[in-house]
Amino acid sequence: MPFTRYAEVGRVVLVNYGPESGKIATIVDIVDQNKCLIDGPQDITGVVRQVIPFSRIALTDLTVKIQRNARAKTLKAAWAEADTLNKWEATSWAKKLAAKKKRASLSDFDRFKVMVAKKQKSAIIAKKMEELAA
Amino acid sequence: MVAASGTSGKSPRYYPAEDVKAPKPSYKVKQNAAKVRKSITPGTVLILLAGRFRGSRVVCLKPLESGLLLVSGPYKINGVPIRRVSQAYVIATSTKVDVKGVDVSKFNDDYFSRANDPVKAEGEDEFFTGDAPKAAIVSDERKADQKAVDASLLKAVAAVPMMEGYLAAKFSLSENDRPHKMLF
Repeated sequence: MPFTRYAEVGRVVLVNYGPESGKIATIVDIVDQNKCLIDGPQDITGVVRQVIPFSRIALTDLTVKIQRNARAKTLKAAWAEADTLNKWEATSWAKKLAAKKKRASLSDFDRFKVMVAKKQKSAIIAKKMEELAA
Repeated sequence: MVAASGTSGKSPRYYPAEDVKAPKPSYKVKQNAAKVRKSITPGTVLILLAGRFRGSRVVCLKPLESGLLLVSGPYKINGVPIRRVSQAYVIATSTKVDVKGVDVSKFNDDYFSRANDPVKAEGEDEFFTGDAPKAAIVSDERKADQKAVDASLLKAVAAVPMMEGYLAAKFSLSENDRPHKMLF
């Protein structure tokens, strides 16, 4: 099985560590074996143009068609054309991250409501299983 | 010629024959108003952490002068009566109930002060056998007050979906809970 996710210009990445962790960005240029230049674009994802080591990012399946060192304006246009933000949010990776975030922000009342919903769901399933087993 | 005096200013024209003692500063302790946590307002749902009703979720009615919080179950929902509770033993959740219609003006710290029981002269035997657990006698006044407050409080609670079940349920930690990461 060959590699398919390359660290290339235009690769959309997820920042894992640091003040921008949890946000996505695009690789705009490769500096050397260990680091690359990324840019949000800042207006869309909030990540400023910066050099970041590969150890702090995770490559995604998405790419954007840009040339090396593309300006923020060009990058933004390329993102809009490829509809990258919506494509990212439709992936199960992004959905799992969003669910984790939601779960962490629940209040005590929310957690109670979740507990009740889980009980109702399992009651429905148990009833159905009983019907099927009979 | 009179030599210029070393002290600045003229000596006062009058001073008493005997030295008058200056009044000492008063060391009376000034009591500031009791501080209530910003997260605790009338209508906040609180989780009691200690005492007879630990684990119960309860509605905060108002902060009292002593710094304690006036709280009610409501009694019908979870058995917690109108009671005082210390802020230190309480988690304030972000959930609020609208208690604007509930009249709690008659409750203050004096309402809850202990009635003075007549001092019993105990004999030696009674002292060693110990007290039998006395059933709590709830005065009719308290019961009437409870009914009055809960009448409007229950209406406020019924206005929020699932709130009644929430207040009836007890809070507890289970295996995967990390209380320092949980938001209340």
